Amino acid sequence: MIEIENVRKSFGQLEVLKGINLTVKKGEVVTVIGGSGSGKSTLLTCINGLEPIASGKVMIDGTDVHAKSTDLNKLRQKVGIVFQQWNAFPHLTVLENVMLAPRKVLGMSKQKAEEIAVKQLTHVGLGEKLSVYPNRMSGGQQQRMAIARALAMSPEYMLFDEVTSALDPMLVGEVLDTLRMLASEGMTMICVTHEMKFAREVSDRVAFFHQGVMAEIAAPEQLFDAPEHAETKKFLAATH
Amino acid sequence: MFHYTFHWNQALKALPQMLDGALVTLQIALLSMAIGLAVAIALTLFRLSGSRILGALATAWIEVARNTPALFQIYMAHFGLGNFGIHLSPFTSLLVGIAFNNAGYLAENFRGALKAIPDTQARAGRSLGMTSLQAFRLIVMPQMLRVAFLPVTNQMVWAILMTSLGVTVGMNTDLAGITQELNARSFRTFEFFAIAAVIYYVIAKAVTLAARAFASRMFRY
Ligand SMILES: Nc1ncnc2c1ncn2[C@@H]1O[C@H](COP(=O)(O)OP(=O)(O)OP(=O)(O)O)[C@@H](O)[C@H]1O
Ligand SMILES: [Mg+2]
Repeated sequence: MIEIENVRKSFGQLEVLKGINLTVKKGEVVTVIGGSGSGKSTLLTCINGLEPIASGKVMIDGTDVHAKSTDLNKLRQKVGIVFQQWNAFPHLTVLENVMLAPRKVLGMSKQKAEEIAVKQLTHVGLGEKLSVYPNRMSGGQQQRMAIARALAMSPEYMLFDEVTSALDPMLVGEVLDTLRMLASEGMTMICVTHEMKFAREVSDRVAFFHQGVMAEIAAPEQLFDAPEHAETKKFLAATH
Repeated sequence: MFHYTFHWNQALKALPQMLDGALVTLQIALLSMAIGLAVAIALTLFRLSGSRILGALATAWIEVARNTPALFQIYMAHFGLGNFGIHLSPFTSLLVGIAFNNAGYLAENFRGALKAIPDTQARAGRSLGMTSLQAFRLIVMPQMLRVAFLPVTNQMVWAILMTSLGVTVGMNTDLAGITQELNARSFRTFEFFAIAAVIYYVIAKAVTLAARAFASRMFRY
């Protein structure tokens, strides 16, 4: 379970998160929508401790992410994150990209890591690309590789930050299909997205962010068809 | 015109001796590069560490290495440290001096190379549970070495040529040292130094070509 309690975060003078409360239960899929600069990405990086917070608390299965005593490297093995820019490691083949962390972080044997990497890559439809270098692949393929790389750590939670935003429209579908598959397998996920149709389909709940505040959170039918907050209405009207 | 008759025979007879010297030259150059690379990576980490003291130390090293004559750096290793009771052999002081110089230049090259590698690479590593050192070693450093490969090769050539400064601290077993001694005995200056120059040239070229071949095997992406 991810419990976010009254989290505040500033960059200099700018308060980017103004007291966020959100609990995500095991197996739940929560999507986060909202305008540019509303704090969606920042929230994700605060969840896995890539960014410190000013006040409040993020608890993951009872572990306080921002406590001094918390081993963040250990915690991050449990919480995968995939970014808009897929960040393939260009000097490694697709297979090596996915094997790296299981080997070096989890200390797996080469065989075991390879077995898991092949399984995950096949799962996301890249079973034929094992020995290819990332720069020989399309953005969509690289993004799916990044997803497989995160999954190879057997995370219990996955955070996705606009993973289709940097892709050609043609390639968005294949990545969304991968996310749908994960959701249907019961992965606990928080997805920041601009794909409203996708959000409506996969989400248990949709959260709307506005200027650092979670203005509204509800089941997708509720949020999309009968939004309560004026800003949600405005945002949805603009994106439709 | 000029009153100098060439005596190539005498010089060519000394060729085996000079080639032995060339091996010593190559040995110093390779060792100084190995040490220089290791120290340059350490200096790069110092700079990235966020520690003021380590960062200042790295900057000072790089500034001195790049803005003072290599000859002084070798002198310092030999006579300078000698003043403090640390007496290094000509071989060692030459090695230390060149390694010091290499480290400074290489660290500066690495700094430039790092600019070409987005921060998101290390971040991606961290988010897979790597420590910052692991992310550097496994993700950032291999890419940095590739970007900096050409300047690293240039520094290697420079290191070979710098070994000739060893004569100033009494080095007499490397190519320059041996050539200098042969010259002192025979006064066939032109012949000996011409042959030495050719040997330096051949070593430098061979190293450049070897580096290129190595790169094309290593960097397949
Ligand atoms: N590292 C940083 N340093 C300073 N300001 C930052 C930093 N990261 C984000 N910000 C600022 O914080 C605010 C929220 O950024 P964030 O990336 O969380 O927004 P977002 O909702 O993800 O937007 P987008 O939809 O454009 O990705 C923005 O005003 C942004 O400029
Ligand atoms: Mg964002």
